[in-house]
Amino acid sequence: MSMFRFGILLPAAALCLVSSVCRAQHPNLGRPLTPEEVSKLDITVTPEGNGLPPGGGSVSAGAKVYADKCQSCHGAKGQGGPQDQLTGGIGTLTSQKPVKTPISYWPSATTIFDYVRRAMPLQSPQSLTDDEVYAVTAYILSIDSVVPQDAVLDAKSLPQVKMPNRDGFVRWWPVPKR
Amino acid sequence: MKKANQPNTEELSRETATRKGRLDRRTLLRAGALAAGMAGMGAGIARAAETIGADAPDWMKTPGRSLSAYGMPSKYQEKVQRAFTILPGRAGTGASRTPLHLLEGTITPNGLHFERHHNGVPDIDPSRHELVIHGLVKRPLAFSVETLMRYPMESQIRFLECSGNSGSFNQPEPQQTTAGGLNGLLSCSEWTGVRLAALLDEAEVAREAKWVVAEGADAAAMSRSVPLEKCMDDAMIALYQNGEAIRPEQGYPMRLLLPGFEGNMNVKWLRRLKVMTEPVNARDETSHYTELMPNGKARQYMFLQGVKSAIIKPSSGMNMKGPGFYEISGLAWSGSGRVSKVEVSSDGGKSWTVAALTPPILSKALTRFRLPWQWDGRAATLMSRATDEKGEVQPTRAAWVSQYSPVQFYHFNGIQGWRVDADGTVKHVYV
Repeated sequence: MSMFRFGILLPAAALCLVSSVCRAQHPNLGRPLTPEEVSKLDITVTPEGNGLPPGGGSVSAGAKVYADKCQSCHGAKGQGGPQDQLTGGIGTLTSQKPVKTPISYWPSATTIFDYVRRAMPLQSPQSLTDDEVYAVTAYILSIDSVVPQDAVLDAKSLPQVKMPNRDGFVRWWPVPKR
Repeated sequence: MKKANQPNTEELSRETATRKGRLDRRTLLRAGALAAGMAGMGAGIARAAETIGADAPDWMKTPGRSLSAYGMPSKYQEKVQRAFTILPGRAGTGASRTPLHLLEGTITPNGLHFERHHNGVPDIDPSRHELVIHGLVKRPLAFSVETLMRYPMESQIRFLECSGNSGSFNQPEPQQTTAGGLNGLLSCSEWTGVRLAALLDEAEVAREAKWVVAEGADAAAMSRSVPLEKCMDDAMIALYQNGEAIRPEQGYPMRLLLPGFEGNMNVKWLRRLKVMTEPVNARDETSHYTELMPNGKARQYMFLQGVKSAIIKPSSGMNMKGPGFYEISGLAWSGSGRVSKVEVSSDGGKSWTVAALTPPILSKALTRFRLPWQWDGRAATLMSRATDEKGEVQPTRAAWVSQYSPVQFYHFNGIQGWRVDADGTVKHVYV
């Protein structure tokens, strides 16, 4: 055994001793994940558009998706009934009867995409294709002309959509000092 | 044993008094036995012609039922149930309320913990469920339920309160329902599990990380943004609730527990934690759980449940049984720490008396307060006002309402009032 090898091994053995003491305090039992495993699970979409998938959809394609899969709960043109109203209410937030809808209240268009993709339709969530989610998001946004009738939304254009109430929120964390 | 069961003279006189002078056979027999004992004559009353069973209730004269695999409450408690309404077309959404007015102490029985679901209770096979931590970490990791069971555990007794609890206090007229109907999106349990900081440390969180997005494995994939500092503080991956595996309605096999933070953030059926630099504006932190103010702006990311209290006994919907002694008792809590003081008023807030707090007084847990009260039979208005260890005081309802848009109902923590009328009925009132 050469001096060189011995010189390498001795500090390594000492490190091992130290780290085994540390490991006794910490289980380190988590299973490492590959990037592929993570990307299959990660459905989070941020307001900046991080996490948006490839693909896209037009207002007209979205109108069809809406009629087939959404209208029975949310009514014609998202006006509500029997379930939540999705459109309208712009400009009502300072009134005595504010109408809080995704269009009048939500600050980010990406939230519509993120929520529809993970949770809608209620009876069969996660059953729409990404193209269908882009399309139906475009359609809902088009009803109150937040996007034009010929809009096609994708990973690049969706985060650019300016929601009517985008500046309406005051962040309360960390809790402001009084 | 037998001696302990004998009434003393004071009890006897009270018993006699409550029977309005009518001395029934049983009372006479017991009085006779007592007199005999006191006279030092030793022997009990003669029972030549009858057995002691003649005086015994039925359940002492026949064997009781056998053992059971999972005990249930007495059939005489069958009205102690969660209250809820099923919404047409969305059976899996909505909330059920803890019947606070029918319970005592501070710990909520598991089957009565309030529920709030966004698309039903998933039936999760724990062998196919994992918690994934990824995003701004050095090592993305997955933890099976079995794996988490091997980690060091801790227990915390903490309340959970839905941000929408007591939401009807925004209405112009007080809603006439029970204290549980008004405030029952509130429960308290001993939660046991693994400290989240230990798992985040194992994954090695990047320096620039500030937020963690938590996601459930329900059919809404409900998600919320949580400040990293909370995750590194007292946050827990809870696996047990009051000693047994968390109930499906509470997130089986695991939920996020963020002590003191609004209920919705304590994500049930937790499957994923993504470490990020910014919050994500998830649906439930924009459409819901934000506070719209009169100027049209809304406060967002208001996480801490404010200091709050409610008198539970007596409360709205109850009936007083005539003048005399009553114990006023209620619940107080704060998302910021311990309750330091609860004051009670019986005159609509003109004067206040400090109530006793029943130990243990735990941080971010329900605390029971009690105050003896001699009701003189005249109309009274009962109110309670809590202060926490940070010095925060429960506001009046009027002060709370004035901060917000008329539609705002999340995070109500104003003072509540019950009107006791001379006829003994107790009603909900705004003072």
